[in-house]
Amino acid sequence: MSTIVLLLITGLGLGALYFLIASGLSLIYGLMGVLNFAHGSFLTLGAYAGWELARRLGADNWGTFIASLVLGAIVGAVFAAATEFFLIRKLYERHIEQVLVTVGLALASVALFDGIWGVDPIYVAGPAWLGGTTEILGASVPNNRFILILAAVLILLAIVAFLKYTRFGLIIRAGVENRSMVTALGIDVRRAFTVVFAIGGAAAGFGGVLSASYYGFVSPAIGGSLLIFAFIVTVIGGLGSLAGAAIASALVAVLQQFANFYLGGTGDFVVVLLLAVVLLVRPRGLLGSAVA
Amino acid sequence: MSEPILSVRSLSAKIAAQQVVENVSFDVAATWVTALLGRNGVGKTSTIKGILGLIERRGEVHFNGTRIDKQRTHRIVQRGIGYVPEDREIFSKLTVSENLRLAERDANPRRELVAELFPDLTARAAQLAGTLSGGQQQMVSLARALLNNNKLLLVDEPTKGLAPIVVSEVAAALAEAASIVPVLLVEQNLQVVRRLATDVIVIAGGRVVHIGNATEFLDDQEMVKNFLGVSTNKTASSSPPAVTP
Repeated sequence: MSTIVLLLITGLGLGALYFLIASGLSLIYGLMGVLNFAHGSFLTLGAYAGWELARRLGADNWGTFIASLVLGAIVGAVFAAATEFFLIRKLYERHIEQVLVTVGLALASVALFDGIWGVDPIYVAGPAWLGGTTEILGASVPNNRFILILAAVLILLAIVAFLKYTRFGLIIRAGVENRSMVTALGIDVRRAFTVVFAIGGAAAGFGGVLSASYYGFVSPAIGGSLLIFAFIVTVIGGLGSLAGAAIASALVAVLQQFANFYLGGTGDFVVVLLLAVVLLVRPRGLLGSAVA
Repeated sequence: MSEPILSVRSLSAKIAAQQVVENVSFDVAATWVTALLGRNGVGKTSTIKGILGLIERRGEVHFNGTRIDKQRTHRIVQRGIGYVPEDREIFSKLTVSENLRLAERDANPRRELVAELFPDLTARAAQLAGTLSGGQQQMVSLARALLNNNKLLLVDEPTKGLAPIVVSEVAAALAEAASIVPVLLVEQNLQVVRRLATDVIVIAGGRVVHIGNATEFLDDQEMVKNFLGVSTNKTASSSPPAVTP
């Protein structure tokens, strides 16, 4: 029982990380039809920004940890908004060029991070409680899992509230359904594009600081490795569906943990298998809209 | 004609590299309803979309004295053009209230007018727009255009696919709208055109082939048959109830 509890909560913690990336991917694809392969770079830069702040202020207190999260989110948002404004904006409806540009940016940014911070992992510290464990039904669950799950739930609620109660949220929801008609109502939908990129980048940057806490280190490749699973989660959940991304994140990560433990480390294989099954049986994903 | 609200000169438009409108020129009067007529597929909707910049186009479009063909769609609309698209294009996953709120551009949107014209929408404010009937969705689409203080409405086939009783309601709402703001109307139902339009512009093969008085055109059975492929006698049999402008 304790093993199941540990795997379950660890899986949900990892799922929280996947969601923090997948939520942005899903929103960006839903509104703009852009598959953003540079999204992992927003996470990596957020993680490094958080670490840089923590090492200057002293990493062992909660104030620094929270400030790192905020800085990670801001850096991720600014990087993402700049990416949209300078690189993606001229390429809407040009999907091949979008893929080339975002893949290029991902590769270039990893090389840049290598140059600035080196290729080796940098081990990070945090408040002592995060490094400890809590006993639940006989399982010693690392505390950082609880923070990850709580953070992902709060981010999900914040994005839902933003989409439901703000005018930008209204524009984004309408734009996901019919972008051209939003424009025909006299609304500059490009501003919504920038806002969505910024929100996605903020969630990824926030997730970057949390991923450093989850793995215990930050490295230039951390965003790219998480991005692969975030893409899988986004497709399984249904491209453009935030709720689908949330459900699929938890499902994929928990399945991955259980398969790794009980099926001889085959977690990644099982996840890819699940992706194949979903694509064959329900190509639009769990909660995605039917393709017209 | 007094100073037109909209002047289109040598407008050509393409969809997926295919020419759908070719060298079209016409003016739209600053009052009442001008109907844009033609058989199916001659480029009426594409002309409207070309004016708004929703599809690739060339040529000149002047609106209210200003050239707008170099501007982006949202800027053109912000100048005071309301658009009621073919097939409604309401946001099905938003509520009626959200659909209307999204369309509000002015500081003082005409909510009272919309509530007066379409009381059913007020009652259904919290309902998802995708669950409305076709007629109700058309009301949402019209209401979106009427909420703002527009100087021109571009209305594309508002009665398409609607039951006769609903056609009558839509025509009545359009008549009310036209008393406030000039309308360029694309419409297949010639009885609706006869009730509402003062002028007609007829397109055939992507080009303007006739511009003139609406009643005179509709009374000329040969022209109607040649350009629209229908007889006015036939359309008279499906006449919607009269509307009072």
